[in-house]
Amino acid sequence: MTEFFNDWGITALVFLPLVGALLMMLVPAKDEELHKTIALGTTVITGVLGGFMLWDFWGMGKANWSTLQYVQDRTWIDVINARYFVGIDGISAPLIALTLLVVPLVLIYSWNHIPNPGNAKMFLILILVLHTGMLGSFVAQDLVLFFVFFEVVLLPMYFMIGVWGGEQRLYAAIKFFLFTLFGSALMLVSFLALYWVTGGTTFSIPGLADQVAAGDIALGTQVAIFGGMFLGFGIKVPMFPFHTWLPDAHTQAPTQGSVILAAVLLKLGTYGFVRIAIPILPEAAVEWAPWIGLLAVIGIIYGALGCLAQTDMKRLIAFSSVAHMGYVMLGIATLTPFGINAAIFGMVAHGLITGMLFFIAGSVKDRFHTLEIKRLGGLLVQAPKMGWILGFCTMASLGLPGLAGFWGEFPAILAAYSPAEGISTTLFRVYMVIAALGTVLAAGYLLWLLQRTAFGTPSEEFADDPEIVDMHASEWIAWLPLLVLIVFFGFLPGIIFDLTDGTVVDRLGSLVAEGSP
Amino acid sequence: MVATLLGILAQIEQAPFVRPAIDWHAVAPELVLLAGGALVTVFDLIFMERGRKYIPTLTGLTFLAALVPVLTLWDNGIARSLFDGAYITDRYALVLKALFLLSGYVIVLMSTNYMAEGDYYDSEYYQLISASILGMLVMASSRDLIGIFVALELISIPAYLMAAWRKRDLKSNEAGLKYMLMGVFASAIMLYGMSLLYGLTGDTKLRSISSAIADQGTTPIITMAIIFVIIGFGFKVSAVPFHTWAPDTYEGAPTPLTAFLAVASKAAGFVALMNVVLYAFEFQPEIAEPFIWLLSAATMTVGNLIAIRQTNVVRLLAYSGVAQAGYMLAPLAVYEVNGIEASASAVVTYLVIYAAMNLGAFAVIMAAARRTRSGEIDSYRGMLNWAPGLTVLMTIFLFSLAGIPPFGGWFAKFEVFRVLLTGNTFSGVSLAVIAAVNSVVAAFYYLNIMKNMWFMDAPEGTDQSKLKIPSPLVAALAITLIVTLVTGTVLAGPLRNATDFLAF
Repeated sequence: MTEFFNDWGITALVFLPLVGALLMMLVPAKDEELHKTIALGTTVITGVLGGFMLWDFWGMGKANWSTLQYVQDRTWIDVINARYFVGIDGISAPLIALTLLVVPLVLIYSWNHIPNPGNAKMFLILILVLHTGMLGSFVAQDLVLFFVFFEVVLLPMYFMIGVWGGEQRLYAAIKFFLFTLFGSALMLVSFLALYWVTGGTTFSIPGLADQVAAGDIALGTQVAIFGGMFLGFGIKVPMFPFHTWLPDAHTQAPTQGSVILAAVLLKLGTYGFVRIAIPILPEAAVEWAPWIGLLAVIGIIYGALGCLAQTDMKRLIAFSSVAHMGYVMLGIATLTPFGINAAIFGMVAHGLITGMLFFIAGSVKDRFHTLEIKRLGGLLVQAPKMGWILGFCTMASLGLPGLAGFWGEFPAILAAYSPAEGISTTLFRVYMVIAALGTVLAAGYLLWLLQRTAFGTPSEEFADDPEIVDMHASEWIAWLPLLVLIVFFGFLPGIIFDLTDGTVVDRLGSLVAEGSP
Repeated sequence: MVATLLGILAQIEQAPFVRPAIDWHAVAPELVLLAGGALVTVFDLIFMERGRKYIPTLTGLTFLAALVPVLTLWDNGIARSLFDGAYITDRYALVLKALFLLSGYVIVLMSTNYMAEGDYYDSEYYQLISASILGMLVMASSRDLIGIFVALELISIPAYLMAAWRKRDLKSNEAGLKYMLMGVFASAIMLYGMSLLYGLTGDTKLRSISSAIADQGTTPIITMAIIFVIIGFGFKVSAVPFHTWAPDTYEGAPTPLTAFLAVASKAAGFVALMNVVLYAFEFQPEIAEPFIWLLSAATMTVGNLIAIRQTNVVRLLAYSGVAQAGYMLAPLAVYEVNGIEASASAVVTYLVIYAAMNLGAFAVIMAAARRTRSGEIDSYRGMLNWAPGLTVLMTIFLFSLAGIPPFGGWFAKFEVFRVLLTGNTFSGVSLAVIAAVNSVVAAFYYLNIMKNMWFMDAPEGTDQSKLKIPSPLVAALAITLIVTLVTGTVLAGPLRNATDFLAF
């Protein structure tokens, strides 16, 4: 088995969903049940395969987690030294696990929730293509390969928003596309610039990191290259002030799109910082850190204030994403292993919790046909189980200790107390205080949301609506794993911290050696 | 004058004509195509109406048969030189020949139903296509001004006729006439440039011209010759400001022929331009490079800006094709620092990928036109409902044209950027920036088509039943799709290697 994992594991993992998509193309569109079965079957097989691989990875023990495992390094485009170079290490493992979990759940949820205007075949094919793109981005260790997968993710999402989205879908889809395209164009220029300043011999991420460390590239050049990557990844995260596409995209996207967007796509941006920008250009990262930290805390406060002003439930959750990703970015900006571990935990936690919140928003919309907060109310009366789940998720989202959200935020704030060497400690302590204030605002807007939607009595227009029922079976199946994991990681956060820590220390390289213990 | 001519005649009389040695293997692709074309003509004369329906298949098979010697030559790998270096069959020529033959095959597939259903003279059409493709094969190998000119006319004259093939349609007449007048005009300018070159050097072989003018610098007469020759080819590849014929011709001509002009004929123009610039003007970059830089920048910018305003999808693709020609010209503007091989291989890579994605887009347009009977972008609304497969294919081809991974187009653009940026010269970097900005502009109008297909509802009264696509068109779509997909992913490396054999 290990032999198979070593030779073909990752390739099979990444391209299995694509095989499923090809299979579905051969089936006529009328046969919706079959399409759903194939799509779900493919992702479950992918999930099981991935599960075995990650279990095997786990079994290798702490000492081996920081080295790339199951590496495949094959010739791809010889002349430019771009290679098919993939592998899994402690940083990518949790995010791969998250992807492998969320996509099947989304498909289960889709079983009786295909959004208007129907066409299950195309919808599910797009999700499978998205799956390949996301997995590919998390395993790629070559910049050209990463870029290709990073862009593959863009296309299905564009169509999901544009075809199956809400009323403003055209605007939201094009905005999402152009923002991201702009970012990735600059990112590509940065990748190419990096390739040439290091002598044009490799695109591999570890290779480039070694070359930059060994070479004497002017700091100004490094800072400029980092800037291009910053734009590419920062738009995807999204950081203030590039976040404006996010509320539109989230609000207009179908439930499934919102969940995948929140749970996985946003992580591609933060993952890019942790995997590519910082390990390759640590010196430039130190120069940029104060600015990243500043934008992160602005994001925290701005996102929270934005939430307080929203009248639409989905838009409110979208703005809360801006705030939460602010914590993740603050953790990254400290450039300490502690902060970056917290950031990775934050990514997973945000994926689970916000994914859940978007699921709930979708189900509420299905029943009430509106997400306008002031028309809702009394969810606990009409659909008590769903009401309690909403309550649970808001608690998790505001960072209640004992649930996963806490371990994303609290260590990130703590890490800001002592950032890596070369970064102003005073400045980051100020950021720390502001970020801590942000948690109060978070509690405010989340509890207020819960109060307005779940408490009280149902409004007159929905009081006797027969469509408003409690949980469906497909909702239970799709949501339960997420809910369980939110509690599980709340009590045992060490699992993820253990997994990531060694790799993070290793990848930060010089930053750790100079800085804190 | 008369005395000189008489002198030359006297010389010819003195020397008895000896046939130069001919490497038959080297010219086998051309001979197979020639024989096949003759066979099709004879077949048509014998069987008349009864044989009509077999003509497209027969023509297609001829193209595939001609591909066989191309492959054996490739496998053999030796660069063969005929007629004292005037006709060379090396791997560079072979890649291009394979490209022309395969494009020709796809175009025949696209024409099959269009011609059969449209009450046209169809067998003559296929004979003309064969003749034109034969010209392209000759073009790929010609390293001599006369060879290049003959090949160019062999490509163009059948195309003039075919552009006006829908003879009861005014627009088609306009298309043919405009194309012919502009083409003849371009040929005249080019010939003038060539005659100057001959006058300066006393030779027509590109390599001899190159060495003869190598140390003459930039005298006005050389400048004039170079500029005239480039302008002549500029018409053929529809570079701005010599592009004005293209949109009208593309719109009026039968759609398969439009695909032919936009892909095969344009590629042949590029080959000619590349051969002349890189072979003959290798040592005159100070004239050729700035001029091509200007052409390239203007071509991509103007093409894209006008494309935004188009409402007809064929015209839109015409202008987008103009813009793409701008990208393809770009590597030729920096051949001095990179060496001519690097520039040539970037252009050839681009040509191969461009052929696949653009032919694919035209095939989709033809399939869709069977339902919409119109080329207006508005008529594509709601296509997701009545032709989901076609919608996905069009999406792939358009994203590829926009240069978005993992489809072929990104690699084509990547190669162009790489060549532009390698030398780190001002002209290269500035052109790369212009190209990058242009790619974002281009994404906008490609997205606009997709918006109509995916997001808009079909207008009232549209036939919503699923569209049936005839099998030749399906084959054309399948071939172009596969090439578009693999060149951006698994075969990007091998393609780049194949075009790296360009040993000049």
